[in-house]
Amino acid sequence: MDKESNLYTFTFAILMVLIVGTALALTSELLQPKKKQNAADKKMIDILSAIGVNVSRSEAESMFNKYITDQTVINNDGQIVDGTAFDIDVLFQHRDKTLTDEEKKYPFFTAMKDNQKYIIVPMAGNGLWGPVWGFVALEDDYETIHGAAFDHKAETPGLGAEINTDFFELPFKGKKIRNNDGEFVSIEVKKGGAEEGNMSQVDGITGGTITSDGVSDMLYNTLKIYNNYFSSVTIQNDSTTITSYNNIKENEILF
Amino acid sequence: MKSFFNKQHQKLIADPLGDQNPITIQVLGICSALAITTQLENALVMTLAVIFVMTSASSIISLLRNHVPNRIRIIVQLLVVASLVALVDQILKAFLPDASEQLSVFIGLIITNCIIMGRLEAFAMGNKLYESFLDALGNAFGYGWILVAVAFVRELFGSGKLMGYDIPGFSYLYQMGYMNNNLMILPPMALVVVGVIIWIQRSRNTDLVEEN
Repeated sequence: MDKESNLYTFTFAILMVLIVGTALALTSELLQPKKKQNAADKKMIDILSAIGVNVSRSEAESMFNKYITDQTVINNDGQIVDGTAFDIDVLFQHRDKTLTDEEKKYPFFTAMKDNQKYIIVPMAGNGLWGPVWGFVALEDDYETIHGAAFDHKAETPGLGAEINTDFFELPFKGKKIRNNDGEFVSIEVKKGGAEEGNMSQVDGITGGTITSDGVSDMLYNTLKIYNNYFSSVTIQNDSTTITSYNNIKENEILF
Repeated sequence: MKSFFNKQHQKLIADPLGDQNPITIQVLGICSALAITTQLENALVMTLAVIFVMTSASSIISLLRNHVPNRIRIIVQLLVVASLVALVDQILKAFLPDASEQLSVFIGLIITNCIIMGRLEAFAMGNKLYESFLDALGNAFGYGWILVAVAFVRELFGSGKLMGYDIPGFSYLYQMGYMNNNLMILPPMALVVVGVIIWIQRSRNTDLVEEN
């Protein structure tokens, strides 16, 4: 057969594509479970890093099961709805423009570490070049931040990309998402540095203003929704404290 | 009868490591050399990936060379390289997820690495399997050792680490006021480090210096 004829060329091309296509599809299919497991492990590592637990990939699953005691899904109004928190991809939801806020689901994780309860909230937002995301852990007063872990897809190295380093994440610890009057204020990543003594601001990154603002917006938009749920829980908690306090009083009177 | 590893074979391996180096002499494959050399580990993984892709692609193309229709030879080369790269990407994602995350798009960009297409078109299309394999191996190592050398310098002075591990003596240096050079992490310094390697190479072998 003539090597330069059209028929030969076409047959050769079609055969090549078929062989290569089959081979690649097969490998991808075979490796699929392994890749899924890797993605899940990574997510567990990220969630745990928000409460300051750093684990390796191999122990991710066992440590996740050890620390995470509960998973909850809420809706836009702060009501608990059905669903598996771990399976909800907030970044995917954030980028899906066809979803309305009412349709979105908001997962969070309850963790126990050293007999302390923590709430871990996943979030996603926009940086300068691509998405940013993170996990914020709150203490059981539902307003004090215990830890934060952020990451990004493509922020500028040395500037916006620094949001995943300790120097940016550590100052979040101890900040409060509500002011003294109990109103929701979120945490502001402030350009030029946080005001002295302000419990709801952290330092922004010089030269990374748009990324810093992106993190600010992400915190505000996400925590605002979770705060709907948190305030309902906190009110209940307050009333239980008061009754128990009353109980003690009554007991004292009895004595 | 030719020996299994004669003078010609040695030259195929040795030339790309030195006087025919794809990066420093032919200035091919520079983009990935600049991008992924901030850490030694990434440079090593990238080198291994390129060695695998290049040797396999060269061998496959060399085997097919008498059957590939001339008009679509570049497309066939591209198809072979692209599918091998996709394969490497899948394997890394499954077995080395951390490295795969760090290297992100650059594994995919091996397809556009000019060294690979260059060697396929210039060598594998006209030479036997064994010679093509050696040529690919030589060029991949020639690319790799520059990558590793640059990454060594950049990670050492940029992050004060090697392979992600702290270097024992550095804590004393920090106490004395030494600071990591953040500029080393940024792409321009890769260009400078490659430039220094080119400088050293040409001052040792003046035959390489162009007359203008």
